Amino acid sequence: MNRIAARKRIGAEAVEEKGWLPAHKWLILRRISQFGILALFMLGPLAGIWIVKGNLNYSYTLNFLPLTDPYVALQSLMTGHVPETLGLVGIAVVLVFYLLVGGRVYCSWVCPVNVVTDAAGWLRDRLGIKGGSSLSRNTRYWILAMTLLGSALTGVVLWELINPVSMLHRGLIFGLGAAWTVVVAVFLFDLFVMTRGWCGRLCPVGAFYSLLGRWSPLRVSAPRRAACNDCMDCFEVCPEPQVIRPALKGGDKGVGPVILAANCTNCGRCIDVCSKDVFSYDLRFNNQVSAAPLAKAQLESK
Amino acid sequence: MTAKTPKSAAARRQFLFDSAKMVCGVGMLGLGLGLYAKQSRALPALDLRPPGALPEEEFLGACIRCGLCVRDCPYNTLELAKPETPVATGTPFFNARNIPCEMCEDIPCVKACPTKALDHGLTDINKAKMGIAVLIDHETCLNFLGLRCDVCYRVCPVIDKAITLDMVPNARTGRHAMFLPTVHSEHCTGCGKCEKSCVLEEAAIRVLPPKLAKGELGKHYRVGWEEQKKAGHSLIDESKMIDLPDRLPEGAVLPGHYDPASGHTESMRGMAGSEAGVIPSQPPGLGGKP
Repeated sequence: MNRIAARKRIGAEAVEEKGWLPAHKWLILRRISQFGILALFMLGPLAGIWIVKGNLNYSYTLNFLPLTDPYVALQSLMTGHVPETLGLVGIAVVLVFYLLVGGRVYCSWVCPVNVVTDAAGWLRDRLGIKGGSSLSRNTRYWILAMTLLGSALTGVVLWELINPVSMLHRGLIFGLGAAWTVVVAVFLFDLFVMTRGWCGRLCPVGAFYSLLGRWSPLRVSAPRRAACNDCMDCFEVCPEPQVIRPALKGGDKGVGPVILAANCTNCGRCIDVCSKDVFSYDLRFNNQVSAAPLAKAQLESK
Repeated sequence: MTAKTPKSAAARRQFLFDSAKMVCGVGMLGLGLGLYAKQSRALPALDLRPPGALPEEEFLGACIRCGLCVRDCPYNTLELAKPETPVATGTPFFNARNIPCEMCEDIPCVKACPTKALDHGLTDINKAKMGIAVLIDHETCLNFLGLRCDVCYRVCPVIDKAITLDMVPNARTGRHAMFLPTVHSEHCTGCGKCEKSCVLEEAAIRVLPPKLAKGELGKHYRVGWEEQKKAGHSLIDESKMIDLPDRLPEGAVLPGHYDPASGHTESMRGMAGSEAGVIPSQPPGLGGKP
């Protein structure tokens, strides 16, 4: 226990300098979003208040707003089936939303499995579990391609047979059954087998949404990166740490401060844990390399 | 074409190896998933899809597992398959023995479907084909035992079309009729109310997928009496029919036998199942010797 207590906690500096609440602001908002969305879905079956019907694959809000998961719809499309009008409208609404706010906002602000894998990541840090197996972060794109090709070949919406995301979400609303075993498996996999293994390397849903948000205007940026004191807290707390380096450390190479990598989930944890307030939400267009001499050097080199 | 430096060659090698690793690894996962997908198509015989559902192979491609049909079913008939259910995970089904389909006239489940998994072209619930009821056990069905249970017939929403009671003589008593519930597949919607209400411990009448419930005549089969009806006359010249002599024991007569030599037909009286004679002279076990 002493060993654990003695270790420096991620974000401890930020808590000291900014206070607990500002150092957890986006995390709290994100949990409110995740559990709030789940609560909206569960109000119907639990309390008989039907605001939202359905689940994350397709939902119908207040008998007005259809929302369709474009990844599931794409798999269905690969099998040769086109949705009905409401289903198509739902796809359009969701596509436009995530094109604007960033595809992987789905992962960090909506997906219920994110809570599970975040818990595993947190516990992994608390228990000081290091190492484990590793897989390329590109594996998810191969799996994504496989599910699309496989759907076309089998005529079955393939990933839905085992998708832990929809199993958990649907399970909580319609009855969990044995779906909890899959959720526990994902938790244990992330805890003992692979750091950020599920969301960061395997899940094709996240891979799909990352492609969707490739050019989203809303991004996390590091406008005050000059203030960075290399505490590494942002890298340690980030579920996709590879996305930070170019923006945070790329000033010398003439790279702008906006995190442009599609796999940034816009979760905002880096904003929380930074004691120097280096990060903030921003638009991708505000990506000027602020260091004036550097910009000048760049101009001259052209 | 750029010149091949050793560095780029090594990088290309690495790229090819990495890609091969991914293709093989993910390919194995895909193979497993594909075989699982194949298994998932085997819908258990007693689990039925909602009205208007596409054939199972297509249904699993069109259904996006949202559960809107489940939500809009006013009778809680439908449920979504859990991972441990032997139905493809997340897809809607019902078991008629638990809760049958009440055949709502406005078919809310079909209207709620955001895909074509439930065919929106189905507007008359009486045209639904969720399955076909089959009186599967003639040994335990109370009507086959000579009783007047009739429950499956009474509850049928398409009564007298989908299920009729067909009267046949009760050969056991010799003096009663049996009212056999008979399903007519062209009218049966597969709602399962008959299966639900069967009074036996295990239902004697069950709704099965049409594929299991129905036989199919060879395409070349022609049923003589229907062809005759269509043509308006017999398709053969009956005057030229030759009836070969029947080989019978000495002195025996065959009721109903047409003898071309005499032009007579022997009496059909007393033949079981015949329409000519209905009153048996001495019912066995009743009136005569015990």
